[in-house]
Amino acid sequence: MVALTVNGQSHQIEADPDTPLLYVLRDELHLHGAKYGCGLGQCGSCTVMVDGQAVFSCVTPVLLLEGREITTVEGLGTIESPGPMQQAFIEEQAAQCGYCIPGMMMRAQALLQRNPGASDEEIVAHMEPNLCRCGTHMRILAAIKRAGGLMQMAAGGSTTDTAKRAG
Amino acid sequence: MNGSKLLRVLGALVVLVLLGIGGFIAYAWEREIPAAEPPAVSSIDPELVQRGATLAAVGNCNVCHTKEGGEVFAGGLALPTPFGTIYSTNITPDPETGIGRWSEEAFQRSMRSGVDREGRHLYPAFPFDHFTKVTDEDNRALYAYLMTRKPVKAEAQANDLPFPLNIRLAVAGWKLLFFREGVYQPDTAQSDEWNRGHYLADGLGHCGACHTPRNSLGAEKKDQLFAGGEAEGWTAYALNQNSPAPLPWDVDALTHYLANGWEEHHGVARGPMAPVTANMMSVPESDARAIATYVTSVMGEPTPERQARADKVRDQATRHPPGIQVQAAGGQTVPVAATSQDRGALIYAAACSSCHDAGRPVPYGGLPLALSTATYGPTPLNPINVILYGLPAPEGERGPIMPGFAGVLDDAQTADLLAYIRATFSDKPAWDDVQDLVRQVRSGKEHTDLQSLSSGGSAPANPTRRETSW
Repeated sequence: MVALTVNGQSHQIEADPDTPLLYVLRDELHLHGAKYGCGLGQCGSCTVMVDGQAVFSCVTPVLLLEGREITTVEGLGTIESPGPMQQAFIEEQAAQCGYCIPGMMMRAQALLQRNPGASDEEIVAHMEPNLCRCGTHMRILAAIKRAGGLMQMAAGGSTTDTAKRAG
Repeated sequence: MNGSKLLRVLGALVVLVLLGIGGFIAYAWEREIPAAEPPAVSSIDPELVQRGATLAAVGNCNVCHTKEGGEVFAGGLALPTPFGTIYSTNITPDPETGIGRWSEEAFQRSMRSGVDREGRHLYPAFPFDHFTKVTDEDNRALYAYLMTRKPVKAEAQANDLPFPLNIRLAVAGWKLLFFREGVYQPDTAQSDEWNRGHYLADGLGHCGACHTPRNSLGAEKKDQLFAGGEAEGWTAYALNQNSPAPLPWDVDALTHYLANGWEEHHGVARGPMAPVTANMMSVPESDARAIATYVTSVMGEPTPERQARADKVRDQATRHPPGIQVQAAGGQTVPVAATSQDRGALIYAAACSSCHDAGRPVPYGGLPLALSTATYGPTPLNPINVILYGLPAPEGERGPIMPGFAGVLDDAQTADLLAYIRATFSDKPAWDDVQDLVRQVRSGKEHTDLQSLSSGGSAPANPTRRETSW
């Protein structure tokens, strides 16, 4: 029995302690945002955040996560009220098939939470582990850039502040 | 003793000391070689340039003389040493900040004697103790290659060394103690291939710079050739009879590893070895084979016991039960169930097994850890580096990758995992103080060179070799 905190909610998990987090998220908690891609930590479609860092949930056993803060794409906002990362991906229409997108958003979130003003180079370097086979990388990068702007705007309180800082 | 006798003795002592100092300065003094106009590129034989390119790849020149994000050969890389930080110099042919005004004579002298054009002693971070072995002919080719590179204006950053090491004359004392100048002398009792390998490994390749232990003054212990050393926060494993590799290296395996950066039963090059093998990709495979011939001769024939153990390990690690099909690249796997409730075993089952036990061959799959030198090594430093930070993809190239687990594994969990791996896959005693070492690596105290985790982006790529390998 492992206790997990996912998107701010505590859960008692039935699965064995060596079960990868991804299986628990999808099969037990029915959070289907994170995807199974390769199962090897090499494609990034399963990416979630643990204590603010992007991790591959397919190779992360739940026993490591007791007492830690897990965030999935469902924790970034709702359909009615999307968070800035989700809003930016919608506005840029960054998804084609969409399979990689929740992982992309979570990895980008980990960066922008630390540094919403990340440069293009920093974003590209940070996103390197996540793959998209449709080839929508340019839109994904634009969406991340936009999300950074939205986050700065939210943090700054007013658009003029943000405009000044950007200028 | 009366006063005048004392004075005479003291006087004699002073004279002796002065003579000693004078003699040392005379010994240490090197003349300046006059600045020369850079040779016209069109005057340089392209065939010589091509040979120089290959030799520069063997010498790994680009790795130290290029800083992250900087122009190739323009220098500026910080080299942390136990004595202070040394910054690599600009070896592009820029006349003001590079070696554009160096005549070939000045270049030859720097390689042979470790002295720059102006006559200043170079610090042994520049491995002139190895480069002294390089022939005039090869130095000429290296000179031709470097003088035809793009000149880059980049001032060398001042070294950060304490007194008296910041006095370059001190290097002359070091040379007196440890440096034996002289070109490589072939061993006529050995084959041409062995001699070629010895020449490359001990000369330009400077393998011993990492793989031979150093004394307190930073000189290689000549009586402990290839006994194992360290480099930039990584263990450089022994390459003598104490090689910890569970499967003894042979010429074919080591040739493949050097020429491709991986070998089916030994795994992939990482850490500071990754750029070395990336460079070797542009070197004729015959040179990799020559180096392998020499290095395996230093390792010697494995004892019958070691060979028997190796055969057993290989059999166990590569055998698949009947009916189990080896997974194709790109196939999907699910983790195997843990064999015990030990925390290390549980972590291994979920985090490691899906690659390392999938039966998918290296480099697409992970090496079975029973075959990994890291599992048997004297310290857990290298596996700590790899578990925490993974193997990032080499930029712009295909290469083996592994995710890092620094974000989820804490120090104690990492130590548990390593203890399980050591106990399960090797017959070696447990490592000591693993958790403390994990903490040091994570805090940066071990100065792990993460840049070199990904195989050198500045390495001259050889697409043909890559195409045939993967």
